[in-house]
Amino acid sequence: MMTLVESFQDTLRAAAATGTPVSIRAGGSKSFYGRPGTGTGFSVAEYTGIIDYSPTELVISARAGTPLAELEAALAKENQMLPFEPPHFGPGATLGGTIACGFSGPRRPYAGAARDHVLGITCLNGRGERLRFGGQVMKNVAGYDISRTLTGSLGTLAVLLDITLKVLPRPETELTLSLEASPEQALEWLNVWAGQPLPLSGGGCIGKQLMVRLSGFEQGVKAAAQRLGGDELAAADSFWQDLREQRHPFFQDDRPLWRLSVPPATAAFALEADELIDWGGAQRWLKTSLPAQILRDTAARAGGHATRFRGGNRDDVFHPLDPALLALHQRLKASFDPAGILNPGRMYSGI
Amino acid sequence: MSDTTIIDLLREKLPTECVLSEAEELRPYECDGLSAYRRLPLVVVIPKTLEQVQTTLKLCAQNGVAVVARGAGTGLSGGALPLTDGVLLSMARFNRILAIDTANRTARVQPGVTNLSISKAAAPHGLYYAPDPSSQIACSIGGNVAENAGGVHCLKYGLTVHNIQQVEVLTIDGEHLTVGSQALDSAGYDLLALMTGSEGLLGLITEITVKLLPLPETAQVVLAAFASVEAAGTAVTAIIANGIIPAGLELLDNPAIRAVEQFVHAGYPEDAAAILLCELDGTAADVATQIERVSGVFREAGATELRVSRDDAERQRFWAGRKAAFPAMGRLSPDYYCMDGTIPRRHLSRVLAEIERMSTEYGLPICNVFHAGDGNLHPLILYDANQPGELERTEELGGKILELCVAVGGTITGEHGVGMEKINQMCVQFNAEELTQLHAVKHAFDPQGLLNPGKAIPTLHRCAEFGAMHIHQGQLPHPELERF
Repeated sequence: MMTLVESFQDTLRAAAATGTPVSIRAGGSKSFYGRPGTGTGFSVAEYTGIIDYSPTELVISARAGTPLAELEAALAKENQMLPFEPPHFGPGATLGGTIACGFSGPRRPYAGAARDHVLGITCLNGRGERLRFGGQVMKNVAGYDISRTLTGSLGTLAVLLDITLKVLPRPETELTLSLEASPEQALEWLNVWAGQPLPLSGGGCIGKQLMVRLSGFEQGVKAAAQRLGGDELAAADSFWQDLREQRHPFFQDDRPLWRLSVPPATAAFALEADELIDWGGAQRWLKTSLPAQILRDTAARAGGHATRFRGGNRDDVFHPLDPALLALHQRLKASFDPAGILNPGRMYSGI
Repeated sequence: MSDTTIIDLLREKLPTECVLSEAEELRPYECDGLSAYRRLPLVVVIPKTLEQVQTTLKLCAQNGVAVVARGAGTGLSGGALPLTDGVLLSMARFNRILAIDTANRTARVQPGVTNLSISKAAAPHGLYYAPDPSSQIACSIGGNVAENAGGVHCLKYGLTVHNIQQVEVLTIDGEHLTVGSQALDSAGYDLLALMTGSEGLLGLITEITVKLLPLPETAQVVLAAFASVEAAGTAVTAIIANGIIPAGLELLDNPAIRAVEQFVHAGYPEDAAAILLCELDGTAADVATQIERVSGVFREAGATELRVSRDDAERQRFWAGRKAAFPAMGRLSPDYYCMDGTIPRRHLSRVLAEIERMSTEYGLPICNVFHAGDGNLHPLILYDANQPGELERTEELGGKILELCVAVGGTITGEHGVGMEKINQMCVQFNAEELTQLHAVKHAFDPQGLLNPGKAIPTLHRCAEFGAMHIHQGQLPHPELERF
């Protein structure tokens, strides 16, 4: 009997032969993200299950269709976690979609991004070839770092099959401090503190409220909390979850949602927009109807980039690339997917 | 075109002192840290400006001449080995720290800057650059990016790829690309990950923005002795199981302990089958908590002796032995052969036992000194190249050890890179389709195949045998550097 992977390979070979695009999908929780998919549906939702999890190894391998919730539950049972704290954006979230989008949550600036925790990926390229890059070990410099390159590539280079991630023990103690601060004051504090040996694991500012999360061993966390001041937030877990999942009232607004990724000490933007500071200042959420050009110029001037995360014109989502870089993206895409069948146009037109 | 023409063209466009072509001028560039492989380049170019780098690349692209980039030349896999018909492009003159941004905790540096000098420049601001390869006093940051260099503190702080934000790159056509950004991510594909560890095959790195971390408040080392290597291996696993991520976790087996003691008298217990050095860093309160916990774990795992560094001087003494391990081996044996495989930690005891069995089978002693926390093994096979057939048997044994690493789910190189040295071993780890995909990626960057050709990714017909790091008569280039 043909295995599921073999049937995926058959489908991709046939699609490549006829030049018919496929639109890769698992749980559908992130279908709002990126440019619209145009191809025939190609579901990896059935390709599920944890392949290998040895807690003392700090490594977990699972198939792309594995629900993110299932993965996190397995880790929680062993008192471990995904350090990059990925958002789900819905109950259908899968591991494959999370890695394909490369999403990371509030812990990102302090613990690393999704790509930092990817150790290995087995995938199918646009020729239907099953390829394995990276592995199950922390240190591995054999071959180009393809598995990290695939992270965040929105399925435009390969269909992700098996993903191996580095995991970490859950911190023993975690607490969140709430301090009153203007955005300017919040940005200053967040960046001064990030330059000091403090057990930071989250830093965000909504309105006049600065939230700082501390994680680690009890004594160290308590000592840091005493130093920083403010009040301990009671429902801290739900606050960070609501921020990560964009359920906080800030996000309940009909205007498009922009994500500006900028150097963390960048001053609050003087724009006609509501701004939420996350990632210790490195990720700014803006609710605004301003034209794309203004936001892109603002982000670029600061040394970063702007993404139209939700709403607005879905054909124009990601920050435009310089011509030389765009040409390189096109050649790289062609090296994985010469027939251009994998999620074409999902990231940029022509890729 | 004939060979003289590219030299003439370079001389025509570049200042005289930037182009070297006399044999005695070329000699210093004949090898990198892997001295077993040597050859003279056709010509060495040492540009002073970016325009000169661009000019060199363009001339090479236009004339189909290959280019090998070189930083400090401390690499251990022959990545900077020149080509007899190619240009050796030294970035040594790009040695300035351009800016330190304390608010955003980054440093913008040129590729020829040494790894350690970044941390030194950042120290007055309470910051440092985390990756610390053993050659950090001399190795250049450009080379670190090309090799995705590691070090002792990878388990907690990651490799180079985790600690950089942006690189400026010139393509073989001399076209400029900014890869990554000043923010924590960038638009499009993660080309920063692709460039890191690409061993000079995809582009030439001309500037790097590195992340700086706050200096830990304090650091202490626990030294634990064990009656068997297996017990030490189990202790490594138990540390992780107890929710502790040490800043460094290193293992020395008995042959290594004895060699080190004879050499530097670090005070290691010579009768122990293995010792672990476990460094813990963070706030004073956290380090105290971790030391208590780690000591408990070690006792439970059967540690026969426990010592905790009382001050920084003692911490340095504990590390001195570990850092002297490689030179110490050079005194034990005329030659040694250093492997660099990584395995999943859970197989540590099993793999070490198997290595010991193979050592007996081949009649070649093996010492083990390695990054136990990462499962990154550095077995050192002791041999004498003057004994007929011993080198061949050593290479065969080394090959079997790397095959074992791959068989248990590991890799042929944890941190030294593939370069020229492990080009054949790549065939064990990757199949033909995977190698073809890797070549296709190179083609997307460098369609003529002029950047460091013949390194890192083997052609399909090349796949044959293994190799590793050879030290003949203790002659290691840069003997002043620590190797661990």
